[in-house]
Amino acid sequence: MSWRLWLPLLAFAGFLGLAAYQLTQPKDEFVESGMIGQELPYFDLPPAIDGVEGAASVHFADGKPRLLNIWASWCLPCIAEAPQLESLKRQGADIVGIAIRDRPADVARFLAQNGNPYARIGRDDLSEVQLGIGSSGVPETFVIDGKGVIRYQHIGDIRAEDVPMLLEKLEEAR
Amino acid sequence: MIAELGLAALWLAAALAAMQMAAGFMTLRVAGPTELAKLIRPAAMVQGVLVTLSFAALVWLFAVTDLSVKLVAANSHSMKPLVFKLSGTWGNHEGSMLLWVMVMGLAGALIAAFERRLPERTMNATLAAQGVVSLGFYAFLLLSSNPFERLPVPAAEGMGLNPLLQDIGLAFHPPTLYLGYVGLSVAFSFAVGALLTRQVTPDFARAMRPWVLGAWVLLTVGITAGSYWAYYELGWGGWWFWDPVENASLMPWLAATALLHSVSVLASRDALRTWTIMLGVVAFSMSMVGTFLVRSGILTSVHAFAVDPERGTFILGLLGLFIGGALLLFALRASTISEGERFAVASREGALVFNNVMLSAILAIVLLGTLYPLLTEAFDVRVSVGPPYFNPVGAIFAVPMLLVMAVGPLLRWRQDRPERIGREAALFAALVLAALLLFGLLADVALLPLLGLALGLGLAIASLMPLRGRKLTRTPLATWGMVVAHFGIAVALLGMASESAFSVERLAAVGEGDSTTVGPWTVVLQAVEPVAGPNWTALQGRMAVSYDGGTPITVAPQARNFWAPPQQTTESALVTRWNGQLYAVIGDRAPDGRWQLRLWWKPFVPLIWMGGLLVALGGVLALFGRLLTDIRNRRLAARIAERRADREALA
Repeated sequence: MSWRLWLPLLAFAGFLGLAAYQLTQPKDEFVESGMIGQELPYFDLPPAIDGVEGAASVHFADGKPRLLNIWASWCLPCIAEAPQLESLKRQGADIVGIAIRDRPADVARFLAQNGNPYARIGRDDLSEVQLGIGSSGVPETFVIDGKGVIRYQHIGDIRAEDVPMLLEKLEEAR
Repeated sequence: MIAELGLAALWLAAALAAMQMAAGFMTLRVAGPTELAKLIRPAAMVQGVLVTLSFAALVWLFAVTDLSVKLVAANSHSMKPLVFKLSGTWGNHEGSMLLWVMVMGLAGALIAAFERRLPERTMNATLAAQGVVSLGFYAFLLLSSNPFERLPVPAAEGMGLNPLLQDIGLAFHPPTLYLGYVGLSVAFSFAVGALLTRQVTPDFARAMRPWVLGAWVLLTVGITAGSYWAYYELGWGGWWFWDPVENASLMPWLAATALLHSVSVLASRDALRTWTIMLGVVAFSMSMVGTFLVRSGILTSVHAFAVDPERGTFILGLLGLFIGGALLLFALRASTISEGERFAVASREGALVFNNVMLSAILAIVLLGTLYPLLTEAFDVRVSVGPPYFNPVGAIFAVPMLLVMAVGPLLRWRQDRPERIGREAALFAALVLAALLLFGLLADVALLPLLGLALGLGLAIASLMPLRGRKLTRTPLATWGMVVAHFGIAVALLGMASESAFSVERLAAVGEGDSTTVGPWTVVLQAVEPVAGPNWTALQGRMAVSYDGGTPITVAPQARNFWAPPQQTTESALVTRWNGQLYAVIGDRAPDGRWQLRLWWKPFVPLIWMGGLLVALGGVLALFGRLLTDIRNRRLAARIAERRADREALA
C-alpha cells in the first residue's frame, strides 16, 4: 500500500522536471510558414507609391527565382536590413517588396533615406497577402523559385552573414 | 508617500508571516502548551490587517493615477473611467499577486479569529502551514514583482489598460476566481496541519468544509463570469475554448468539487480520510500549477500576462517547495492515518467515491491535455490540444458520472439495497432513453450533444427527486443546496448541448438598408454610424431584428477603436429570448460599401451561465446551512458548559 502513496510525489517531480527544463530552453517565438513548398497564393497588389510597379503572383512564375521581402516603413529592423538588401541586389538578386499596413508618403520617405532595392513594391494594407503566405511579422524574406513555389523563409532582419546564405538559396531555387 | 506606506505594510506582513510560521512549527516540537503558541493567532490576524492596508494603498494609487509609480504608469491612464482605474489595480501581474496575498492574509486572519473546533496543536500546525505559503508569495512580490516601485522620473501619461479588459465583467471576474483559488489555500493548510499532527477527524472536515464550499462557490461564479465575458467580448461566439488559462481555472474547480463531496463523507461518516487529505493538497496545487502555467509564459495562450522567465522560475521554486513538501509529507504520513469507517459499494458513500474518481479522471485528462504541448515541445514537436481531444475524452468519464449523480443522492449512507430506488432509477432511465430517441431520430444531432441533451433532461428531473416525500419547509438548507446545485449542472449541460446541436451561424455582407436572416430571425441593417465613448470611438451598426416576423427590436453592435493603448475590440449585440440568444457582430467594410455581419442564433445558450449560477447558488445555500448549524451547535455547547459549571459551583 505505502509505495502507492509516493506516486503523487513522483508524478509531481516529473512535472517539475519538465517545467524546469522548458523554462531554461530559449523560447522560440518564430512562427514558421506552413506554405513552404507550396505555390504562392494568387494576389495582385497595387503599387505602394507612385512611380513603382505593384506586385502580383504572376510575376513570379517566369523561370527566375526571386526574393519576396515583407517590410514596412514603420518597422525599425527593416532599416537595419536595408543595406543587406542593397548588397543582395548588387549581387544579382531580384527583390520584390510588399509594404505592410503603410502610407505612400511614409514609404517614399523610407526609400529616400534607406535606398530602394526593390524591383516592385506592392501595397498590402490589411496584411492579406502577408497572412496568405504565412508570414507573421515584419521583416520576413521568402525565396520564391522560378515556378512560383515558396522555397525558404527567413524570419527577422537579414544580417550581413545571412547574405551569402540567401544567395545560395536563390541559386538552389533556380 | 502612500506607495512607501503600502510597501512598508507589505514587508511587515511578511515578517509576521515568518513569525507565524516559526512559532507554529516550534510549538509542534514540544508536547505541552507553550508561551509561543499565544503568538500565532494574533500574528495571523495582524498580518491580515497589514496586507489589506497594503492593497488599499495600491488601489488608492490607481484611483488618483499616481504616475510616479511604475505599475500605475504602465497599466493605467488618467482618462480612464474610475471603475476601470480601480479594476486596473488587479488587471496586471503585480497587482493581482498583491490581491492574491491579501485574500490569503484575510483567510488566515479569519481562521485565526473564529476557528475553535480543532485541537490547538492541529490549529497551530494549520496556521504554520498558512504562514509558509504566505511567506513564499510575499517573497515573490517583494523580491521580484514589487507593485510599489517608483519611476526615477514620473511619467507624463499612463500607457493605459488593455481595452479588452476595460469591461465590467473583468472588474469582478479575476477577483472572484482569486478568492476561490486562495480559499483553497486554506483547505491546503488544513490538510497539511492535519498531516503534521495525524489528526484527521470529522471535526477537521467540518472546520475545512465552509472554506472548501466558499472557495468552490467563488470558483464557480468566476468561471461562469469568465466564460460569459469571453462569449460577448471576444466576438467569436464561443463560450469555452480549452485555452490553458481556462483550464487553469477549471482544474482547481474539478478538484474542489471532488474535495467538497469527500469532505462531506468525512464530516458525516468519518470515512475517506486519506483521500480527503490528498484532494485538499491537490486542489490548491492545481491553483498554483495554473498560476505558474499562465504567468511563466511556458504555454502559449490567448491570455497574455506579463511573461518573465525569472518570475516563472520563482513560482516554480515555490511550487516545488509547497506541493513537493506537502506530497512528501503525505507519502510519509498517510500510511499512519487509519482508514476510517467502512461502507458498502451500494451506498451514498459508494456513489460519492465513484463520482470522486470520475472527477479526478476528468481532472487528469484536462491536466494532461494542458501539459501535453509542454511535453512534446521538449522533443521539438509543436502541437495544440483542443476540443477534439477534451470533449470526447472528457465525456468518457463525465457520462458515467452524470448517471451516478442522478441516483446517488437517493441512496442511504453506509449500506443500501439498489432495488429500493428502482422506481426512481427506472424513471431516470426512461427519460434519458426517450430523449435519446427523440433527438437522435428526429433532429439528427451529433453524439456528444445528443448525450448531453438526454442526460441533461434526465438529470434535471432526477436532481429534484431527493425532495420527494420531504416536507419542503423542514428540509435542511444543505439538502436544498445539493438539489439546486445538481439541478444547475443539468441546466448548464442542456445549454451546452443545445448550443452545440442547434446553433445557426450566418456570415453575410449587407449594405445599409438591406436585410438578411439567421435561423428564425430577420435582421435589417438600418445604418452604420460613428459613435464616441470616454476613451474610444466606434462604428456602430444599427439593426432592426425581429423574431419570426414579430415586432422589431433595435440593436447596435460596435467595432470599437481605443486610443490608449490603440486597439480594436468588438462589442457584440445580444438579444436574449426565453428560448435562446441572437448574437450579432459587425465587421469590416467591403470595398463595395457593404458591411460584414456575423450573426448567430443560439437556442437556449443562456442556460449555460444560468446553470453555472444555480450551481453557485446551491453552494451558497449549503454554506449557509452548514454555518447556521455550526453556530447553533456552538451555542448549545456553550449553554451545556455553562450549566455544568453552575452545577459544579453548586456542588
